[in-house]
Amino acid sequence: MIETTIEVSAPAPRSRSWRGRLYAWYLSSDALKGFTLLSPTLLVMGFTMCIPFGIMVVMSFWTQIGFEFDTVFTLGNYAEAIEKPVYRALLLRSLTISSICTVVTVLVSYPMAYYVAFHVRKRKMAWIILMTVPFFSSYLLRIFAWKVILGYNGVINSGLKGLGLIEQPLAFLLYSPTAVVITLAHAWAAFAILPIFISLEKIDRSLLEAATDLGDGPVKRFLGITLPLSMPGVIVASLMIFIPTVGDYVTPTLVGGPDGLMIANLIQAQFGLINNWPMGAALAFDMMLVVAVISLLYIWLTRKAMENIA
Amino acid sequence: MTNNDAFVSLADVSKHFGSVVAVDHLSFTINSGEFFSLLGPSGCGKTTVLRMLGGFESPTTGEVYIDGVPMSEVPPHHRPTNMVFQNYAIFPHLNVRANIAYGLRYDKIEKAEVARRVEEALEMVKLPGFGKRRSNELSGGQRQRVALARALIKRPKVLLLDEPLGALDKKLREEMQLELRALQESVGITFIFVTHDQEEALTLSSRIAVMARGKALQVASPKDLYNHPVSVEVADFIGQMNFVKAQVMDVRNGEALLDTAGLGKITTSASSDFVRKGAAIIVAIRPEKLLLSAERGSDGRASVQGTIKTSTYLGDRNHIYVSVDGCEKPLAVATPEAQASGEKPLDRESTVWLSWADNALILLPHD
Amino acid sequence: MTDVAYIDRPNRPLYVYAIFYLAFLYIPVMFLPLFSFNDNIYITFPLKGFTIQWYVAMFKDQPMWAALNNSLRVGCVSSAIATLLGLFVAKAVTRYRIPGVKPIIFVIMLPMVVPLIIMGVALLILVTRLGFNLSLYTITMAHVLISVPFAMATLISRFEGFDPSMEEASSDLGAGPWSTFWRVTLPMVAPGVLASFLLCFTISFDDFIMAFFLGGTDPTLPIFIWGQLRFPFRLPGVLALGSLILIISFVVVFISLWLRRWGVEDTQSGI
Ligand SMILES: Nc1ncnc2c1ncn2[C@@H]1O[C@H](COP(=O)(O)OP(=O)(O)O)[C@@H](O)[C@H]1O
Ligand SMILES: [Mg+2]
Repeated sequence: MIETTIEVSAPAPRSRSWRGRLYAWYLSSDALKGFTLLSPTLLVMGFTMCIPFGIMVVMSFWTQIGFEFDTVFTLGNYAEAIEKPVYRALLLRSLTISSICTVVTVLVSYPMAYYVAFHVRKRKMAWIILMTVPFFSSYLLRIFAWKVILGYNGVINSGLKGLGLIEQPLAFLLYSPTAVVITLAHAWAAFAILPIFISLEKIDRSLLEAATDLGDGPVKRFLGITLPLSMPGVIVASLMIFIPTVGDYVTPTLVGGPDGLMIANLIQAQFGLINNWPMGAALAFDMMLVVAVISLLYIWLTRKAMENIA
Repeated sequence: MTNNDAFVSLADVSKHFGSVVAVDHLSFTINSGEFFSLLGPSGCGKTTVLRMLGGFESPTTGEVYIDGVPMSEVPPHHRPTNMVFQNYAIFPHLNVRANIAYGLRYDKIEKAEVARRVEEALEMVKLPGFGKRRSNELSGGQRQRVALARALIKRPKVLLLDEPLGALDKKLREEMQLELRALQESVGITFIFVTHDQEEALTLSSRIAVMARGKALQVASPKDLYNHPVSVEVADFIGQMNFVKAQVMDVRNGEALLDTAGLGKITTSASSDFVRKGAAIIVAIRPEKLLLSAERGSDGRASVQGTIKTSTYLGDRNHIYVSVDGCEKPLAVATPEAQASGEKPLDRESTVWLSWADNALILLPHD
Repeated sequence: MTDVAYIDRPNRPLYVYAIFYLAFLYIPVMFLPLFSFNDNIYITFPLKGFTIQWYVAMFKDQPMWAALNNSLRVGCVSSAIATLLGLFVAKAVTRYRIPGVKPIIFVIMLPMVVPLIIMGVALLILVTRLGFNLSLYTITMAHVLISVPFAMATLISRFEGFDPSMEEASSDLGAGPWSTFWRVTLPMVAPGVLASFLLCFTISFDDFIMAFFLGGTDPTLPIFIWGQLRFPFRLPGVLALGSLILIISFVVVFISLWLRRWGVEDTQSGI
């Protein structure tokens, strides 16, 4: 019976050629199979992100001469970026506007994320999608919408005038740092909610019940358990808003006015009207460095603070 | 019936996951047509062994041979093995028929023949007429049958089964055990079966490898495992067992004189080399090999006096726990139900006698 | 009495807050469709009357159609490439133990947070140094770069939602890697692939910054709109076009996000 279903062949000595061994190695190595699959993406990322970034850094040490570059190494651009008051002022303003925007967005989004995580029971997914969708809709058009709302004859001014509440339009609405903060906060709100929501959702409900059981009231329970446990989400959310907004130039261009211009406007101008690419590259790298240092400092400080609480 | 070639063999196979040693220098051979079980507690490396046979993991060291061929250069889709996965892995986007026919595409078989064989396979696993269903329309037992049919239709040389009955309730599991055994006998394929349930392994297997910590403690037939375990660990894992510490006083002409902690001085035949003069060993005895009586027996068998502590009712029999002076734990004694409810009820704290036959004792090395 | 657990009791103030929050998210953009039907060249209250003339004018605008055509082409190609790359990455990181996979994912995720202007100028420098012309191709390349993180995140959450033993079962039954990919992996992750494609498409379709730096003479739709913003008499046309784009991208993103979670139980695998 066995013999009819199984042909038992004599053990065949298998040739162990180098190709065979290579194949066996490939089969046994997860890392090899994984990197084979990762390689196209890594190539693309290398070519479109890492190499360009490297060239940009190199270029920041050059000098522009008319339409040509002087490729002799110089720190001149950086010296200028640090010494010229207008560069410093713009960078400082960008950092200030982004920080305010980050704080506002996180503060405003936290309760929302909290609500969806703890109080929505059915259709949680629908709420999340509803909050995420605006983020992916045209950035340009959303800024334009705020221009329409905040403008001199815009929705707010003409609406208030129509209601007889004001005589003259409120001029400070558009073309001001405030307008930039409002517009950016609106644009990035959806991005802030997700990380906070995820960290809140991960909190084990029985921990909260245990705290209640041990006599904590709602406020104490929130400060003692929920907030510390959701801090990782808050940190991610802050960074995900702070870093990109520092480099935004479309919003300041459209709603910022002269007082609302930011460092990225200057960088863009170096590649456009001013036509000093090496200076633009230096400013861009300079901005990245400052942002990276601030982010690392922020992560370090919040870590320390959390360790002290714990 | 079987030709006793080593059909599947593991030669000094180890598997490391980072710092975890899942399989540790394992070697054994499986013969053609066997129903071979890997038995051991969860986490002992059974699944990892099976996955190395199927080709889903590669040994860190050592080699797996199937039908004499080293497998390290053979990817899963070229191996003469098929697997029934622990969670069955029925493709949810295909119906039962397409699931079962899935692997036949690679065997270059005509369409009509494929259809015939799928129907045959459905018959074999007792699911005729289920061909159009999807996996979410099947119960656990039915999924298990589909997975079995899908693997067997490929006519593999070796069928690998990873706790295939683990997800089923007890009654269905026992039914499936019988069917599986019958199926294996009719197709004659070598089955390698993973389970953590010792009763299941004993019922089904022609041979069992008892595993712990990635090693094989003993590879033997169910009967040998039960009657001649080689270590306390195996004896403890297979069925219930009483253990008593002992000291070897003397060994002469294959007879050992033991001083036991509780059973007194005993003479018994001993051939293993760990039974040396002065060695500390363990004497093991099954509950059903102990005989309980109110009076001291007069048949000359060895016996000892004790006090009844508790008893557990197991339906067809009772386990009565008797504490004996010198023993660490009370000894379990299996008594048929009839005796337990006999004319003279055995009260707690009443004094009784335990006796046993000479050949009932198993000597094990102290570990 | 309700049957809700103590911790999950409803909270009315928070509920009201949530409604206001959603209003803050959505109402500003609603003004675009509102004014797009207003019979007034100036965007201001009070509303003057209903008209569809801005839509009619838009449909007759040849440059708009050309820009739309460019955007569609760039969007389709870049999202197809990004999705394919995301598919490879998702399969690799969810199915194989790869040393150093965390930093690799971090690098691929970078375009999600690094200011777009940085990547825009860096790519611009590379492209001009290599002597390429700025064209729709360079925009496509940039869009692949900024879409890959989103494609990867979408597909990873899909791959995590399906059991790797399905693929093992396939190869166990004799299917080689390609066969397994086509017969098992792809059908199982298909909703994720579609979701990723749609998401990447909207990212490309809406992108202004990369197209601004890397575009040649052929404008994409956002660049076209940017050009219109300089002329006040063109603004109602922008309102009409913008309203259509907003509504379509809302629908597409909604479908994409819904597909991404479709059939996957947990709501925790976010962005
Ligand atoms: N892919 C893996 N990565 C890391 N450790 C693993 C992996 N698979 C199994 N292990 C570890 O190897 C050991 C044996 O696992 P397994 O073979 O699944 O045991 P069993 O099937 O007997 O329960 C366990 O400690 C387990 O944690
Ligand atoms: Mg297992």
